[in-house]
Amino acid sequence: MPLIEIDGLQVEVAPGATVMDAAHQAGIAIPHFCYHKKLSIAANCRMCLVEVEKAPKPLPACATPATDGMKVKTHSPLAVEAQKGVMEFLLINHPLDCPVCDQGGECTLQDLAVGYGASASRYGEAKRVVTEKDLGPLIATDMTRCIHCSRCVRFLQEVGGLMELGMAHRGEHAEIMPFLEVHVGHELSGNVIDLCPVGALTSKPFRYTARPWELSRRKAVSPHDGLGANLQLHVKNGRVMRVLPQENEPINECWIPDRDRYSYQALHSAERLTRPLVKEGGQWVEAGWQDALERVARKLVEIRKARGGAAIGGLASAHQTTEELYLFAKVLRGLSSESIDHRLAQAEDARGEGVRWLGLSIADMEQMDRFLLVGASLRTEQPLLAHRVRRAVHAGAQLSLIHAADDDLLCRVHAKLITPPGAWVHALAQIAKALHVAEVEDVRVSDAARTVAESLLGGERKAVLLGAVAQNHPDAGRLQVLAQAIAQASGASLGFLAVAANSVGAQLVGVLPGAQGLNARAMLQQPRHAYVLMGVEPELDAYDASAARAALEAAEFSVALTAFRAPALEACDVLLPIAPFSETAGCYVNMEGRLQCFHAAVKPQGEARPAWKVLRVLGNLLSLNGFDYDSVEAVRADALPQGQEGIAAHLNNAPVPAGLGPAAARADLVRLGETGLYDLDPLTRRAPALQAQAGAAVVSVGRALFEQLGVAEGTPVRVRQAGGRPVRLPIHCDARLAEGVVRVPAGGMAGADLGGRLDAIFIEREEP
Amino acid sequence: MSLHIPDTQVCLWTLGHENPSSLATYTAHGGYEAIRKILAEKMPAGEIIEQVKVSALRGRGGAGFPTGLKWSFMPRDYVGDKYIVCNTDEGEPGTFKDRDILIYNPHQLIEGMLIAGYALGARAGYNYIHGEIFEQYQSWEKALEEARAAGLLGHDILGSGWDFDLHAHHGYGAYICGEETALLESIEGKKGQPRFKPPFPASFGLYGKPTTINNTETLASIPWIMRHGGQAFLELGKPNNGGSKIFSISGHVNKPGNYEIPLGTPFATLLEMAGGVRNGHKLKAVIPGGSSAPVLPGEVMMDLTLDFDAIAKAGSMLGSGAVIVMDETVCMVRALERLSYFYYEESCGQCTPCREGTGWMHRIVRRIEHGQGRPEDLEELVRIGGNIAGRTICALGDAAVGPVVSFVRHFRAEFEYHIENKRCLVGA
Repeated sequence: MPLIEIDGLQVEVAPGATVMDAAHQAGIAIPHFCYHKKLSIAANCRMCLVEVEKAPKPLPACATPATDGMKVKTHSPLAVEAQKGVMEFLLINHPLDCPVCDQGGECTLQDLAVGYGASASRYGEAKRVVTEKDLGPLIATDMTRCIHCSRCVRFLQEVGGLMELGMAHRGEHAEIMPFLEVHVGHELSGNVIDLCPVGALTSKPFRYTARPWELSRRKAVSPHDGLGANLQLHVKNGRVMRVLPQENEPINECWIPDRDRYSYQALHSAERLTRPLVKEGGQWVEAGWQDALERVARKLVEIRKARGGAAIGGLASAHQTTEELYLFAKVLRGLSSESIDHRLAQAEDARGEGVRWLGLSIADMEQMDRFLLVGASLRTEQPLLAHRVRRAVHAGAQLSLIHAADDDLLCRVHAKLITPPGAWVHALAQIAKALHVAEVEDVRVSDAARTVAESLLGGERKAVLLGAVAQNHPDAGRLQVLAQAIAQASGASLGFLAVAANSVGAQLVGVLPGAQGLNARAMLQQPRHAYVLMGVEPELDAYDASAARAALEAAEFSVALTAFRAPALEACDVLLPIAPFSETAGCYVNMEGRLQCFHAAVKPQGEARPAWKVLRVLGNLLSLNGFDYDSVEAVRADALPQGQEGIAAHLNNAPVPAGLGPAAARADLVRLGETGLYDLDPLTRRAPALQAQAGAAVVSVGRALFEQLGVAEGTPVRVRQAGGRPVRLPIHCDARLAEGVVRVPAGGMAGADLGGRLDAIFIEREEP
Repeated sequence: MSLHIPDTQVCLWTLGHENPSSLATYTAHGGYEAIRKILAEKMPAGEIIEQVKVSALRGRGGAGFPTGLKWSFMPRDYVGDKYIVCNTDEGEPGTFKDRDILIYNPHQLIEGMLIAGYALGARAGYNYIHGEIFEQYQSWEKALEEARAAGLLGHDILGSGWDFDLHAHHGYGAYICGEETALLESIEGKKGQPRFKPPFPASFGLYGKPTTINNTETLASIPWIMRHGGQAFLELGKPNNGGSKIFSISGHVNKPGNYEIPLGTPFATLLEMAGGVRNGHKLKAVIPGGSSAPVLPGEVMMDLTLDFDAIAKAGSMLGSGAVIVMDETVCMVRALERLSYFYYEESCGQCTPCREGTGWMHRIVRRIEHGQGRPEDLEELVRIGGNIAGRTICALGDAAVGPVVSFVRHFRAEFEYHIENKRCLVGA
């Protein structure tokens, strides 16, 4: 362990540590711009020059290895002179536009200029002006302010895995720019805004709306994917103005995906529901809470009396808090209904004994030696987990895939079986066979499957992970059994990628059908007389959009607890305005089983109320026992009696045994209907910047089908599915798609008129 | 030209022979004998490196670093690929010697790289050729083909069981790619930007493998050393400055060109060989080692010998041996305007002091030249230079500062005249 002296302090550092690391350890601040603990060392800003004894010139602390016996002075006259010299150079071409710069108040250059800058500039020459770059709807640019630290370039290359920005040209003409005028589209791109030490890259939606010193910072947890990224909501006048990452190393490190960063826009969408609405003669009429809730209670009691509890179905979103989900299930069970579910997109109820989770910790992911991803569109489903997987692969892990689309995961793929979803059972069976799993019937093992199997037999830490498409698969049960067999035979852990922020929490508190109840798909296929909905847009969230709409339209009565008006909820009879994540308190349990609680950052808008309060009142109006809660903590105490400690015992990925015979024959053309990156939930669907970033939906087909259709790229074609209506979408030829697959995203309006996400589909050119 | 070349030539001796660049000419005069001997005797690498150390061969690209010492930095027992890279990215204004080696004696460079490759345990070698010279690139490729056909490259060279091959990499003309780590980045297909050192190329070089980078003339000198011995090479020149060196003399002389003469030759002799200052003009100033070397007044230069130590002692550097001669008609402000523009344009832009400082210095010099100078400008130039030099990732920052500070120091009166009178002293 090298021992170095820094500003007179003795510091013992880890081998390989730099002078910057030693300074951090000693609590000494060295000014810097380009250095970032999570990025490679560039040593290009030169701001961290320090004096090192016996070195003839000042050395950059970020790049100088700390060696035994080294003596460093970070604030000696030589060091400070060098730092001031660099600061002068940085400022000569930097515009003096702090008063109109969004970065003002949180600008590293501004802050360090106070300590190291001169009060007047000696530079009397013309200043550099750089033309603006269009990086798309998320990131605003003022490239004249750029100080060329290259953090944004390094982030996208090293963390994102996609070099969407580069520094073109030389010398003073060097500019950060996107290549070939293409926008920056990476799902983690917004992090470059936080990384930019000046106002060159700022948030486009947030621009000019508030000053950093006007904002109060409230902690929150991401309501989107199952990672549970920690957030800071920046609030001004009771309004969330922007969202930034809250550093939490084992979860999101210091990053957040763009959907966590920009979905706040939806909080003030024009579609926000702020007063209860009830339908009178087919028209929506505003109502008071008391009237609306009494009406709901009366109707539900009526239907239960007339037709029994089984006539009532409850569908809740796993983006709701654990407390809300707990009370939701409690209300439904109080109405003697066992048809309760949160897994709207699942085709088959393939539940096991326990609560499905990642099988490992999130941080463990980058320690893996082997991965097998089954039906996971990783970058879309789990943008940050994808980064951990990428890092593991860069460190030498082998990644194997089974999917219908060979999407670029921005890292090396060791082996892959790209086949239509209907062939996945067969693909897994081959791998299992190659691993000598006894139960598998006679299948011929392909070379690719053998390569996957051999890969899984190597290495020590291994994970077989089932993504959203595998979980939503019509053969989900058999996929799970086979995946489990493969995991067992190879010594891997089996994991489920939690689709929603609280998928694990929803399972823990029993938002699942009881023994006599129907699951989500069944209660939409066999319409109920009444539906209670919470946080869902059935035709967007369900496996079969058209079946969901039909069921809701046919229902005698349906009530939705929702933060938004939505076309999918027009068929309801009562809409109750509930508070989105920023306006309610509660907790989420992320995919690794971590309980994360948060407070409301702002007050609910209008008459909206946290759903747990609405459900509590509803429970009381229904004269149900056990609804006398006076705080969210009290609900939590019932929902998760042992808190974090009680969770681990429930986590169990073992599937229910099922037959391992060959899968049934499938249709010629099958839809691949994954939830779009920005169509995950009601919030992302209503964030204009995210929607602009996503662009218009297209229908993608493989090359053979594309040529068979004989249309030009971008031409509108018609797709339709059983039970649905024809949908007109522009066609896109994607050579990375398995043949026999037609990819139409789900979760957005493009898929709202279609049928099952992984069912047969018809595609035809439009006749003129 | 042959008239002026004494018999001490190391690299350009093929001039005057029929087909100077051909394999036949080279082998007819002892070419490839050194590598044959090395391979036949299975000479230990240490012995070769020792001879290079004895020869006091110093890097011919500009820095003058002892070649033998540089070679000894390569890890001997490294398991995996190692590389030898030849730097023919001859971009320093005033320098035009390496291109002549490629045109007139490419086989000696090939042999030099073979010996280096053998001594350093390299798997392959690359010759990075400046983007703006194409004839030389073709000449090199042709020589490679000849050598390969003769069994001197590739698999099982000369039946020795040793495999080694050479490749050309044609650059795109950026000056910065002459910096050895920027050159490596460029070969790797990335933007040519210097790497921060440490790690040095000997431990983390091309594709992250141990790599030695030498100048063309340096590597081309190796066969001579191995044939005649390090001591003979040393004796060609003077202590600590072994061998002959090609001087590219340009500017206001009657016969500009390349002159390969022993290190330690008086500058006055070189000037005489080059036919003296043109039109009988008076010598005003000399940049002795390529544009980044500090300028020296003519009278200082006339008393100096051309070797690394003597020039360094006088406050400049021998550099690449590009001697730029300026006579009394030269306006030093205008000359500096041009030089500072070069460095401003060629800065890679990666690190702050060079990116921002070179432009600042150039703009001030330009203002002075165009009659808009201010009295404080000269102090400002020196101050800015001080904030660049030694604060950058690579040596380009220092290279940009050298001319500015030395011009102001030695010809201050001319600059002051420009500032005061808004016009040029020369011809006033």
